[in-house]
Amino acid sequence: MLPLKEKDKPIVRKLLSSGCCARCVLRFCCVSVQAAYRKPPQDTLKELQAFISNTENSTSQESAADSTEENSKSHDAAVSEPLGEPPNKRVKLEPVGTEEEEEAAAPAVAKLKEEESSVCVACLGILQELCGSTQAVKIAERVKTEKYEFDTVVLSVSLPAQLCVREHSCWLHVKKELREKSMAVDKDNAVQVKEAFKWIMQGLVAKELGGVVVVARSLFEVSVEFTHPETDADCHFLASTCADCFKSTKNKQSVFTRMAVVKALEKISDAVFLKHYACPPAQPTSSCSPQYVQCLHVSIFIAGRYNKFSRCLPQTPWVIDGERRMESSVEELIAAPVLSSFRADGFNFSSSGREDVDVRTLGNGRPFAMELLNPHRSRLSKVEMKQLQETINESSDKIRVRDLQIVSREAMSRMKEGEEDKTKSYTALVWTRKPIQSDDIAFIDDIKDLTLDQKTPLRVLHRRALAVRQRVVHRMNTRFLDSHHFYLELKTQAGTYIKEFVHGDFGRTKPNLSVLLKTDTDILELDVESVDVDWPPSIPE
Amino acid sequence: MDCLEQKDTEATAPSVIERYYTRWFRADMKGKPCEDHCILQHSNRLCVVTLAETHPILQNGRAIKSINYKISNCCSRLNNKVSGKSKRGGQFLTDFAPLCRITCTDETEYTIYSCIRGRLLEVNESILETPTLLLEKPSTEGYIAVILPKFEESKTITENLLSREEFESIVSKRAVAQSPPS
Ligand SMILES: [Zn+2]
Repeated sequence: MLPLKEKDKPIVRKLLSSGCCARCVLRFCCVSVQAAYRKPPQDTLKELQAFISNTENSTSQESAADSTEENSKSHDAAVSEPLGEPPNKRVKLEPVGTEEEEEAAAPAVAKLKEEESSVCVACLGILQELCGSTQAVKIAERVKTEKYEFDTVVLSVSLPAQLCVREHSCWLHVKKELREKSMAVDKDNAVQVKEAFKWIMQGLVAKELGGVVVVARSLFEVSVEFTHPETDADCHFLASTCADCFKSTKNKQSVFTRMAVVKALEKISDAVFLKHYACPPAQPTSSCSPQYVQCLHVSIFIAGRYNKFSRCLPQTPWVIDGERRMESSVEELIAAPVLSSFRADGFNFSSSGREDVDVRTLGNGRPFAMELLNPHRSRLSKVEMKQLQETINESSDKIRVRDLQIVSREAMSRMKEGEEDKTKSYTALVWTRKPIQSDDIAFIDDIKDLTLDQKTPLRVLHRRALAVRQRVVHRMNTRFLDSHHFYLELKTQAGTYIKEFVHGDFGRTKPNLSVLLKTDTDILELDVESVDVDWPPSIPE
Repeated sequence: MDCLEQKDTEATAPSVIERYYTRWFRADMKGKPCEDHCILQHSNRLCVVTLAETHPILQNGRAIKSINYKISNCCSRLNNKVSGKSKRGGQFLTDFAPLCRITCTDETEYTIYSCIRGRLLEVNESILETPTLLLEKPSTEGYIAVILPKFEESKTITENLLSREEFESIVSKRAVAQSPPS
């Protein structure tokens, strides 16, 4: 039995006669009982027909208000089987069929059939043939081909923007009727097409997917998109009546986004709307296009530490003037096996600082994290992660990864937290213009917590702001090599530019090594020995 | 395939300038004999303006009396301020924009010019405190200014400048012209 009240009758009658489908009628009548939408729409239609056919027996006033057409319609409805309501005499007689009434009933049945098959003016078929077990099977099949791993699912729907225009038109149509009867429009409690679609389809799709649970905040989302090119022009008049709602944007295909249309409809007066748009909306000839189904699993995050053993390997792809400069990069070498294990569509790489292409990263390596986009697989055991790490390490001798693990999005921020307070250790191979002996450089070992004023290095000044930054060199240790070379080990505050400290960068880092040694100095090689960030947690070998 | 892995500690190391910068020159700036400028262009397009080794200031044991970045009553290069990654607010310079005037103790005065179009990022305040830097290290710590050419002009701004070979050939011809006939 339909949860409708007497006051809904004029609305039901009005909507049915203007080409709304049974489910849309329920929506406009604010029926929030989900089960009502899951019933076969033909049955609901019959119930609605029966419901309004009682009109004549209710108040005479209401009958009088009915148009001739509606009268005939309520008569037609009498053919259908009554459900629930105590049947009045007339309806009860109808299914039996008498000689006299057969004649009248025949055209009525034809009319009913035609209405069933015609496309709804409000939902453009979305709550009709595009909503049911056949479609649920189709959606599920499409999801299955992608072979995602998931326990729960949430369904989302994307609708053509013109649905808002049509919905608005239907409301105005209802409003006219209600105003005559001095009743209020209950627009806020009406059920959205989206909601009704989900109520009907979510369970069906989940069942087809092997009984997964439907939850509102699932990590796995199946979105169904509908389009209806036939009525795309429905929105166009809004651009002239409310131009400022439709600013063209470069990256949008159409200015008529759902958001913009909703905004324009809030602004437009009823009179202007009615001048430009049919009320009720015109009957479409076709339903919405076959739905486009898209699956999306929320990102997952992994972290670890990497070593870089090559002086010709950039951390990220190196492109100058649109041309690739080096054949590979740290992130690509790590990402390739990771993407194939998680079957992810893409990734975002981040790390605790970065090294130049000619700098090696040794020791325990540099912490890094990766966001994996739309992973089809999201749960790897510790053993599987270990195997993945081995696969990465076997794939190249230029890099090595350790401590590879799945982390939370929140934990990832710990890597960037207080980055400036962390220390880093380096080894630099230094050249001196003047010949040196080991005694000449020994004093450097005694320098502690040397504060540098570093102007943004010229080599990065084209893309970074000009500033003077203070950085601390905590400790230095020298290893004499020959009369023009020595190794300099440094422990510094993160963010110190080591190369500039050694060669001075046109005197823009002060003090610098050439000032300390009173001769020109240059840096020939640089290795990062350790990045002292205690995240991610280490994993014992 | 590691490109830089092997090292020869005996060889003199190429300096920072050699590794990352291209040297360009302008000879006889504004028709004044030997007032040669050198522009070091980094591979990232940024340019450092310096005196060429052949500039009169660096000859005959001259000493510097003053360096003045205030090039007119209303314009001082010292007031140049750039902010943000996009270097907003930097003075825009054309080829012949003066950067500073240098007066030697013998009262000779020289104007140093931009030589290239671009945004002024910084001038070298260290040479104001220590003018000898200009004489001792003219191509590094004694630099005059840092200029960032427009991205789309980064290749064309050096078209009017001389390459190192071209410049050296001009300088060697000068030497011939100046040497007394034998
Ligand atoms: Zn509908």
